[in-house]
Amino acid sequence: MATRKFRFYFLRVIFLVASFVPRRLTLSGIQFENNCEVGVFSKLTNAYCLVAIGGSENFYSAFEAELADAIPVVKTSIGGTRIIGRLCVGNKNGLLLPHTTTDQELQHMRNCLPDQVVVQRIDERLSALGNCISCNDHVALTHPDLDKETEEFIADVLGVEVFRQTIAGNILVGSYCAFSNRGGLVHPHTSVEDLDELSTLLQVPLVAGTVNRGSEVIAAGMTVNDWTAFCGSDTTATELSVIESVFKLREGQPTAIVEDMRKSLIDSYV
Amino acid sequence: MLPGSAPAAGGTGMFVPAATAGTVLCCMCGVSMQPNPANMCARCLRARVDITEGVPRHAAVVYCPDCSSYLQPPRSWLRATPESPELMQILLRRINRPLARLRVSLSGAEFVFSEPHSKRLRLKLRLRREVLHGIVLEQTHPVEFVVHDRLCDSCSRAQANPDQWVAVVQLRQHVPHRRTFLYLEQLLLKHGQASLAIRVAAAPSGLDFFFGSRSHAARLVDFLATVAPIQTSTAKQLVSHDTKSSVYNYKYTFSVEICPICREDLIALSRQASRDMGGLGPLVLCVKVTNAIALLDPLTLRVHHLEEKKYRVYNFKAALTSKQLVEYIVLDIEQESPEISIDGSRYQLAYAQVARVSDFGKNDTIFTVRTHLGHLLNPGDHALGYDLYGANLNDDDMDTAMTRYSLPEVVLVKKSYEKRPRTRRWKLKRLPVEEDAANKAKGEEEKRLDEYEAFLRDLELDPEMRFKMDLYKNEDYRSEMASTVGDDIPTVPIEELIEDLTLGDDEDDDGEEAV
Repeated sequence: MATRKFRFYFLRVIFLVASFVPRRLTLSGIQFENNCEVGVFSKLTNAYCLVAIGGSENFYSAFEAELADAIPVVKTSIGGTRIIGRLCVGNKNGLLLPHTTTDQELQHMRNCLPDQVVVQRIDERLSALGNCISCNDHVALTHPDLDKETEEFIADVLGVEVFRQTIAGNILVGSYCAFSNRGGLVHPHTSVEDLDELSTLLQVPLVAGTVNRGSEVIAAGMTVNDWTAFCGSDTTATELSVIESVFKLREGQPTAIVEDMRKSLIDSYV
Repeated sequence: MLPGSAPAAGGTGMFVPAATAGTVLCCMCGVSMQPNPANMCARCLRARVDITEGVPRHAAVVYCPDCSSYLQPPRSWLRATPESPELMQILLRRINRPLARLRVSLSGAEFVFSEPHSKRLRLKLRLRREVLHGIVLEQTHPVEFVVHDRLCDSCSRAQANPDQWVAVVQLRQHVPHRRTFLYLEQLLLKHGQASLAIRVAAAPSGLDFFFGSRSHAARLVDFLATVAPIQTSTAKQLVSHDTKSSVYNYKYTFSVEICPICREDLIALSRQASRDMGGLGPLVLCVKVTNAIALLDPLTLRVHHLEEKKYRVYNFKAALTSKQLVEYIVLDIEQESPEISIDGSRYQLAYAQVARVSDFGKNDTIFTVRTHLGHLLNPGDHALGYDLYGANLNDDDMDTAMTRYSLPEVVLVKKSYEKRPRTRRWKLKRLPVEEDAANKAKGEEEKRLDEYEAFLRDLELDPEMRFKMDLYKNEDYRSEMASTVGDDIPTVPIEELIEDLTLGDDEDDDGEEAV
């Protein structure tokens, strides 16, 4: 019993240590078939990761190398396409798929993903759910024209609070912002008042920035969860440091850059 | 309303949320900046993108040193002074095509000083181009033009043969005096019609105008047709012929003959002519020559305008010309009818008793005549007229008229004033006419001067003729102290004079014409 207890404690420590080990930002050299838009071909959450089927295994291996021991990395397609990041939306509680998903794909995902993740196919006119909805484990921002039933589905399946919003005047909130439970990055043209408002809604610090050498489509250029982020290979060092600091990926060593970054960050914790 | 958002009241009552732009970091260098479509600061953009890539830095332009004009390919030459807007236009046209191909637009250009003898023209262009998702960048770009010297076609032709002419207008009038040409000369000066002539030469009883192109000569001929009754005939002579491209070079000759009837000519009309003009008396006086002749019957005060073509039907000549005018003294005058005005000139029928000045003290020869100058003459005045009583004429029509009708013995033409040799307040410009030295007869020079003096006196008398030409102020005029009280010699009012332009060390006088 003592050994079991000891093992248990040991495991717990490892688990705790494992969760607090500062996870480095992934290398800035990730590309899907020579395309830097990582967020289009992958979906990363705290409980699982979906990756598109590509010609070569490099993309998949990059994810696997980083995530395999923590969460399942699933290779899939949606409706026969590879742009899975923009078609589906999910968090640790569930996954929503558009009506174009075939039954085989749906079944495949149900099989591969952990049981607590509810996989649901919904009928929505705006079928690119990834472009229309952006969520973390507690809050979701949606396209202003989304159906009422879809909104209910989101609330049920994903277990989040739903807000209809626009970002810098763009209605495709899913494309122009990417946020996790710890921070978020939005379209660079977002005004200060909008940032305030969104930050209050989402209850996480937000910063306006770019990814992939000045690209404004944040969610297409990167994908993030609570401890890892993957960016396209075009992302410059400045952008990488911004992402690192806002998503709190490098803990414990506030560098000089991070100090500077804090001035441009908006911290509004309740 | 959500907490944290600041409401801003729009003027129309609509809720317009305030939107202050936040700052982002430049994705290359990390400096904080306003977001722009590339999300890079201006320095990174400029370092990354050079919008003047591919824009030419050197170009060539061709210049003719003789006439200081620049070649606009393929064939036109444009005059431009250094650092002028015309020159800028020419230079910009040279580099316009590559700019348009690169989708670079020009937002400004200015000259950079370069020595005139360096054969280089420098421009600083400001170029604008769209890069990277719609950002427009502006950048300056220097361009250097190398100037190549080459004589343009007209200058090279002029250099090769300076007297080369292509068309000539031979203007002739077969009368013994040159009054018409003096008048035409002033008209040509006023309208600038002889400015294109390479040369003007005097010929016996006429003038020759030489031109470099046929169209210039035709232009002069058209002008002459509007101011004088002329008859034109043309001829051309083949000079050279390019067989390969079938180009023929000719020399064109326009032979222009002016009708020999002049002002103040006395004409005896034939029966036919008189009948065709509505019974105009056999004796007529020519009062005005434009592109038609105005014939006045002094006894009935009727004026008939005869066109050149109609004149050629009859082809009558003047029986007496102004050379044969005789001076008369008016003894008495009696107005017969009220003053009338025809064509702007005034006439009044009157009976006058006149005597020849040569007869005046010596004998009693007095003539009673009807004259049209009733409004001008007073007893004691001198007048000029034609002496039909004592004339010996060589004119068939006059003989017929004399036998059929009773002709007056004197036809008064104009009033004469005392001859006063004095400087005039005004002067005229002359055309640069080459005199033919071989043609000079003895005494001709004096005759010319007399004719010119008579012409100037005529101008003083006739304001309508003055209106058609330019009179300039004479700087050498000194107003004479001699009293002019009671003197009714007509003079030219100062309002009609133009200040002459003198280019010298002092500043130029601009021509002012106060009417």
